Amino acid sequence: MASHPGLTAEPTENALELRPSGSWVSRYVTELETLTGSANAKLGHATVVRLDLGAVSEIDTVGAWLIEKLGRRAAAGGSRVEATGVAESYGGLVEEVRQVNRREITPAPQPNPLVAKLSELGRSTLAAAQDITIFLDMLAALAFALGRTLRRPRSLRVTSLVYQMYRIGWQAIPIVVLITFLIGAIIAQQGIFHFRRFGAESYVVDMVGILVLRELGVLIVAIMVAGRSGSAYTAEIGSMKMREEIDALVTMGLDPVEVLILPRIVALVLTLPILAFIGSMAALYGGGLVAQLYGGMGPPIFIARLHEAISVTHFEVGMLKAPFMALVIGIVACSEGLRVKGSAESLGQQTTTSVVKSIFLVIVLDGLFAVFFASIGM
Amino acid sequence: MDDLERSSAIRVTDLIVGFGRQVVLNELCLEVRRGEILGLVGASGGGKSVLMRTIIGLIPRRSGTIEVMGIPLGRADERATQDVATRWGILFQQGALFSSLTVKQNVQFPLRENLQMSPGLMDEIAIAKLEMVGLRAEDGDKFPAELSGGMTKRAALARALALDPAIVFLDEPTSGLDPISAGDFDALIKTLQQTLGLTVFMVTHDLASLNTVCDRVAALADGKIVAIGPMSDLLRSEHPWVKAYFHGKRSQMLQPKVS
Repeated sequence: MASHPGLTAEPTENALELRPSGSWVSRYVTELETLTGSANAKLGHATVVRLDLGAVSEIDTVGAWLIEKLGRRAAAGGSRVEATGVAESYGGLVEEVRQVNRREITPAPQPNPLVAKLSELGRSTLAAAQDITIFLDMLAALAFALGRTLRRPRSLRVTSLVYQMYRIGWQAIPIVVLITFLIGAIIAQQGIFHFRRFGAESYVVDMVGILVLRELGVLIVAIMVAGRSGSAYTAEIGSMKMREEIDALVTMGLDPVEVLILPRIVALVLTLPILAFIGSMAALYGGGLVAQLYGGMGPPIFIARLHEAISVTHFEVGMLKAPFMALVIGIVACSEGLRVKGSAESLGQQTTTSVVKSIFLVIVLDGLFAVFFASIGM
Repeated sequence: MDDLERSSAIRVTDLIVGFGRQVVLNELCLEVRRGEILGLVGASGGGKSVLMRTIIGLIPRRSGTIEVMGIPLGRADERATQDVATRWGILFQQGALFSSLTVKQNVQFPLRENLQMSPGLMDEIAIAKLEMVGLRAEDGDKFPAELSGGMTKRAALARALALDPAIVFLDEPTSGLDPISAGDFDALIKTLQQTLGLTVFMVTHDLASLNTVCDRVAALADGKIVAIGPMSDLLRSEHPWVKAYFHGKRSQMLQPKVS
């Protein structure tokens, strides 16, 4: 039944006989395109083009369309087209294909490249401004929800809050401890290696202590939480948005900010300082261990030096930053989640944006805090 | 191929499918003839979708054979199975259009993967398919999220038909459509089945579809096909579940009494 397709073109007086044969199906589409392409060239200006489909053994939409296109081309060239030999088994298909692709589709006009660039620039500027509005919107919605909850403390979703704290806090401890421990160890090793040249090895304790407690402990933990939990928040809320779960909440008279977002952000604000504390301790421990193994400084000396080098202020500076960073991560993650549209691609894109944006904002915030603490002398 | 083989598009024998301890399909036998529209009815959760998904290879079976177009599935070599997959099109209940591609790209996807076609021809074929299922060429540039329920079903059908399949599986094609759109969709399926010579395997609860488009109806109960035949035969069936299904209160409201 299946045989390679063929197409013969016989010019007679004033007429052109086109005889397709064999299987005009999509399997042979490459051959079919060549065949109709070469037949196109022969169309010329025959007054009559006769299409005899009698020798076609099987045909599908692709084949029928290619023959139809040949016929239309001939008709456009001023020929009269006569189709014969259409078998009953595929007559319906040929008839159906005759109806399609009739309307001209005007391609959208290509805009001037300069104008396109400018409008792109304008759009991204507006988008940046919109980002700020969205952030402030979410902050305000959160404040309202928090206010309402504080007036009626019973409406706080304790189960959800505890569950979120468990997920983003308790489950994150092993990885947070591991990474901060390694970072503390690396800083101490580098410090000892370079300070040794000046005979100032003992100052490595000052460096590790101040750096970890003031900056690195909280910053590393915040970045990890943004990557680990911020992305999860965006993906969760985004897929809820995609499956209309958020709309369902709204129609039940519930505020999604209060039900979904408040517990998540409060959990983040409560857990991030704890994680930052644990992380800082792990980093100090890592530093101490390296000081003993690599620098030959025993734990009693390390602790005594640490006592002299750092004060509670350093610790306070670090810890004070943690809840603000948590707030920024939470707001960015949740508002990006709410911006997810219908497609799977949009979910991925929004999750990426959420992580990138929250890490960026965490670092910016850290810089602002550094300026602030310096100016108030902490 | 002898005549017997030619006449059946799908042949399922002694199929057993289960999850854990639960047996969903128990020694089920079913034959779908070429060129017919077969409607499958059954209780919600009774295994209709499981049967369809087992035939198309999404759910593993415990035992039994499935032959599609005379080719046994699973046993045949990889190539033959792949070949069969290009000869069927599936309309999933929710459409399952790829959400990051436009409608036109969705329809072109099987063409692009399986055939070497020039981009111009591919565009024309995609638009031809869209127009065949009653969409406009302009709709081709929309994303699935921008379509209404009825349009999604039509677009998904266009994708299912992209490779001119011999068999089309429809999973509840009219669910979620208003009666007018559902009627239009039924008519569309009938027309396409006639023009393209399709075999249609349709899982449905829509009594109107069963009445108007299906050549035969199969009733699935207790993991078996308990009745199969034209609608009139099923209405006369004595099986208690089939009786309850077609002669329940909701059905009575729709149909004239059968003597």
